Amino acid sequence: MYQYNEIDQTLVNERVAQFRRQTEKYLQGELDADQFRALRLRNGLYIQTHAPMLRVAIPYGLLSSVQVRKLAHIARTYDKNYCHFTTRQNVQYNWPKLEQVPDILAELATVQMHAIQTSGNCMRNTTSDHLAGVAVDELEDPRPYCEIIRQWTTLHPEFDYLPRKFKIAVSGAAHDRAATQFHDIGVHLVKNDAGEIGFRILVGGGLGRTPIIGQVIRPFLEKKDLLSYLEAILRIYNLFGRRDNKYKARIKILVKETGLEAFTEMVEAEWARIKDGMELSAAHIEAIKGHFSLPAYETEAAADLTFGQHLQDNTAFAKWYKYNTVSHKIPGYRAVFLSLKAPEVPPGDITDTQLDAVADLADVYSFGELRTTHRQNLIFSDVKQADLFGLWQQLVELQLATPNIGTVTDMICCPGLDFCSLANAGSIGIAKEINDALDDMDYLHDIGDVKINMSGCMNGCAHQSVGHIGILGVDKKGTEWYQLTLGGSSENEAAIGERLGPAVAKTDITQAVTTILSVYVKQRLEDESFLDMVKRVGIDPFKEQVYASH
Amino acid sequence: MQVIKDSQIIDDNWQSLADDAEVAAGDISVSLSRWQQDKAQLLAHDGKLGIRISPADNVADIAGDLDKIALVELDFPDFADGRLFSHAWLLRNRYGFQGEIRATGQYMPDQVFYLSRVGVNGFKPGNTERLPVELGYLHDFTVTYQASVN
Repeated sequence: MYQYNEIDQTLVNERVAQFRRQTEKYLQGELDADQFRALRLRNGLYIQTHAPMLRVAIPYGLLSSVQVRKLAHIARTYDKNYCHFTTRQNVQYNWPKLEQVPDILAELATVQMHAIQTSGNCMRNTTSDHLAGVAVDELEDPRPYCEIIRQWTTLHPEFDYLPRKFKIAVSGAAHDRAATQFHDIGVHLVKNDAGEIGFRILVGGGLGRTPIIGQVIRPFLEKKDLLSYLEAILRIYNLFGRRDNKYKARIKILVKETGLEAFTEMVEAEWARIKDGMELSAAHIEAIKGHFSLPAYETEAAADLTFGQHLQDNTAFAKWYKYNTVSHKIPGYRAVFLSLKAPEVPPGDITDTQLDAVADLADVYSFGELRTTHRQNLIFSDVKQADLFGLWQQLVELQLATPNIGTVTDMICCPGLDFCSLANAGSIGIAKEINDALDDMDYLHDIGDVKINMSGCMNGCAHQSVGHIGILGVDKKGTEWYQLTLGGSSENEAAIGERLGPAVAKTDITQAVTTILSVYVKQRLEDESFLDMVKRVGIDPFKEQVYASH
Repeated sequence: MQVIKDSQIIDDNWQSLADDAEVAAGDISVSLSRWQQDKAQLLAHDGKLGIRISPADNVADIAGDLDKIALVELDFPDFADGRLFSHAWLLRNRYGFQGEIRATGQYMPDQVFYLSRVGVNGFKPGNTERLPVELGYLHDFTVTYQASVN
């Protein structure tokens, strides 16, 4: 993975010093709350319902075991012994003390981490495919381009006070696992007719209050032009994006109101004026690629026979293997999901003890690296099949082996009313209720691929509008209600879920979800997925049953 | 009155001329609309000229006049309005403005490093006590990832 050089390290250290000064000035009353708010947000620090919340960047979801141990240490020393992985591959601490945040950032800097631009109206952490570099359907590893974008976006002087937040995602595979169609800019590695690899650029996608699917602004961009093209889009957005209404300030609204064609013309005209002289050199791209070279895979890994025997002998292991591991481009290796969706735990949460153990396992089984996924799980990307059984046993001990990846209980969930000052309704409690109601693993596995995304408010941090089942918490005269949507997807067949009907009371939401699932089980065709069935029959059969008793 | 120019605190004699004020001798800055309206009269006056730019202005409108003026003031109504950062970049890079680009109004001291990197070389805070502070903040970072205009 990418290793900081002296420039990277100096920049992060200087950022810590700057934020320490800003925090001290604020605490001494020399910096007003509005100004400090803008500055602290750009260092990942929110003021929440109970305490500040600190969001730490995990660039494109990649962590070393050393960094994981530091995250554990911070959870133990500065927080309540746990942290929370987010839908944008970052990690959040819910209970830091404001005056200690500069110390936390200084600790992070010692392991090449930071919280720069993880919130605020600026360019955020660049996200990517959690299987980058190991996926069988990959054209090219997107991570070097993510790193190039990370550097370019970090402390960009012109684009730190944008109309609204700005998110970029990069995918290099046929299957879009990075929700690139729902980002302000989506970057796909593609091959043109001449056989050259470059980028397809999408613009104007986004979730939140007005979910919109991104549109292609440039079908093919040469690699050397990546940063000049991004700069052209950002300059047009910075100059012309709406600043009069924060709900209309995202680039998706600018694209929509301007029209894709006119917007594209503006960007292309700007790009034509800056592209010469801003080219990425082939040598630079190669140097960054050098940070993501393949680990020392064993050539005979597929020859192992013990693994097949364990699969036959142990049905629990076989189930875990089926749901929590995926194929790898190297024969004899698998990518392994660590489920952060154990029944008793809020989705995405992990303790300091688990983190330390995970770091040790990463060192033993996966070249000392770990990834975070946008569905709030973790991945060991490079596990030999011979090691799977032993790893599984240890993950079971750690409660990180719930075989539910891609099933109903692998929910995406925001912190909700329990932690977030924006939320209208709880989400963690509902997630637990749904988990309790669906405790039969065989039933879960029979239902198969159903993605539930649940947000506690319209801001949609858990991407409910692209959940196969979306749940949105709303406030009705001080009580918590939930709106349901069906048929959303953030993958290749991107779709925004359709609203099922009136919001459901808190006491009825779990029943509504189980009813939806039972309608699916009864009415599906053979092997038909939930999403396919919703496409085939529409929402009416679900609606009839969910609202039948009301 | 003192300001920062080219990383030094200096005395400043620029006068900001209101849209309805009489043109007087000396170095004066005017709004973009005043400039467009009274260009000939302003050019004839005794002293240097500057133009004040607001976020919603289009700097391309003054691209042809940059050789006639010595100062562009970026007047921040609100520190969060980042359009002025792009205006500065455009003035320096695209239109080759060689004179002073000065931040005024409600910018934050903590923004002077970024401002300097997009081509701003003058700072006029609301309160002169901020001058030595801002001078120091110009050096918040010794390294950067992007090419600088300077």
